[in-house]
Amino acid sequence: MIRFENVTKVYARGARPALDDVSLEVERGEFVFLVGASGSGKSTFLRLVLREERATSGNVFIAGRDLQSLSNWKVPSMRRQIGAVFQDFRLLPNKTVYENVAFALQVIGKPRHHIMTTVPETLEMVGLAGKEKRRPHELSGGEQQRVAIARAFVNRPSILLCDEPTGNLDPTTSLGIMRLLDRINRTGTTVVMATHDDEIVDQMRKRVIELSTGELVRDQSRGVYGSAR
Amino acid sequence: MRFQFILSEIGIGLRRNLSMTISVILVTFVSLTFVGAAVLTQMQISKFKGEWYDKVEISVYLCPQGSTVPTCAGGEATTEQIDAVEDLLESPDVAGEIQSTTFESKADAWVTFSEQFNDRWWFNSVTEDDMNASFRIKLTDPEQYQVINDVLSGRPGVEEVRDQRQIFEPLFLVLNRMTLLSAGLAGVMLLAAVLLITTTIRLSALSRKRETGIMRLVGASTFFIQLPFMLEGAIAATVGALMAVVGLWVAVRFLIEDWLGQSVQWIPYVTTTDVWVIAPVLIGVAFLLAAISSIVTLSRYTKV
Repeated sequence: MIRFENVTKVYARGARPALDDVSLEVERGEFVFLVGASGSGKSTFLRLVLREERATSGNVFIAGRDLQSLSNWKVPSMRRQIGAVFQDFRLLPNKTVYENVAFALQVIGKPRHHIMTTVPETLEMVGLAGKEKRRPHELSGGEQQRVAIARAFVNRPSILLCDEPTGNLDPTTSLGIMRLLDRINRTGTTVVMATHDDEIVDQMRKRVIELSTGELVRDQSRGVYGSAR
Repeated sequence: MRFQFILSEIGIGLRRNLSMTISVILVTFVSLTFVGAAVLTQMQISKFKGEWYDKVEISVYLCPQGSTVPTCAGGEATTEQIDAVEDLLESPDVAGEIQSTTFESKADAWVTFSEQFNDRWWFNSVTEDDMNASFRIKLTDPEQYQVINDVLSGRPGVEEVRDQRQIFEPLFLVLNRMTLLSAGLAGVMLLAAVLLITTTIRLSALSRKRETGIMRLVGASTFFIQLPFMLEGAIAATVGALMAVVGLWVAVRFLIEDWLGQSVQWIPYVTTTDVWVIAPVLIGVAFLLAAISSIVTLSRYTKV
């Protein structure tokens, strides 16, 4: 599903590479934790998958398509296969829960009847049934993140990227979010989650990819957060 | 769905930057009013020229009795001198430029003069001998006055070569200066309009960074992301253009048709019809301005 072939990303000429000759493959339906200290290259990894950045050298393949040679105008349709969730939720404050989720479908031109059936379905799946009319500021952090997940998942992407989705949440709430991501993963969606949260990683026992100063230092199935522990 | 969604996005954008929207409308309004004024002035000039150049003639006044002009030292123009002038006008050098020539004798001039001025108090002090005999020359191209002037001026028996067109030259000069002035002002204002539209779009894009960020993330097409911004600028500019058209219409209707047209009737004026003719041009200019500034701005502020 996601394949990196000797990918190097250098932001500024002469600077230390943010990713250094990384090769790895994530299969369809896998759940992968991306761990490592700040600045280890986790975000760069996600940005390359979203093609917000292009690799300086090497190739990134998403669902068999080479992002290096993908022309600009094809990027949007490629992104429709990918959902993204962030630490800061990135909800639209003046739109309701329903509108926030519907927005993702409206802007890619989905027909109204499709939106009217899919959005409530997705909201129910993430556990927000009955809160459609609330605005983000009326919700708890965990609920806001559920809205963000609903928005990322409403178009049924084949890949869900999560950049520290539990970074702003307390452990109990985080656990709820992880259960949700696990459920999404069980529907066949590939989930890649960058995180600092060792407890979660240790609990879930999924594949762990560790980056350190841009280099791939560990790729372990059913792994834990710290290799030393 | 899409259409409705884009409309609501535009509405939100225009309302959020209301003061900027208003300033874009006003600046395009003022600049396009000047553009329109410049165009209308030029239309007025060409209308006037078209109407009057058909009628204007070159008058070659022949020497009357007692003229003080050097070429008239020999007294009243003699028959030979008149014939010589006539021969010159028929010579191949100038004949091509001339559409028709009529000779007005002293007696003819006196008849015309008495018809026109016999009720004036000074009429009795003028006699037939004060009249000039003259050639009235109509040119194929009224601009070629200089050719005739070069050939005939300074010839014995010719007192003066006068181009009737010269009477209107000062008027055209004023109108042309006015055109230049309004074109210059229009240029400055248009530049201001472009900069303002650019700033407005940029502000709008920045204030909706969150939205556009999400749109990019979920895979909305670049066109779909940029369209509301482009239309925002275009709508504001078009409203400005419409106001300019209305302003020009009002000015032409009340200042020219009703006021000038009633008080000075012998001039053909621009009409409100002419305003309708230039209206699409003005709106086109506004739309183009907005389109260009949007494309320039958006390529920088809403990257893929």
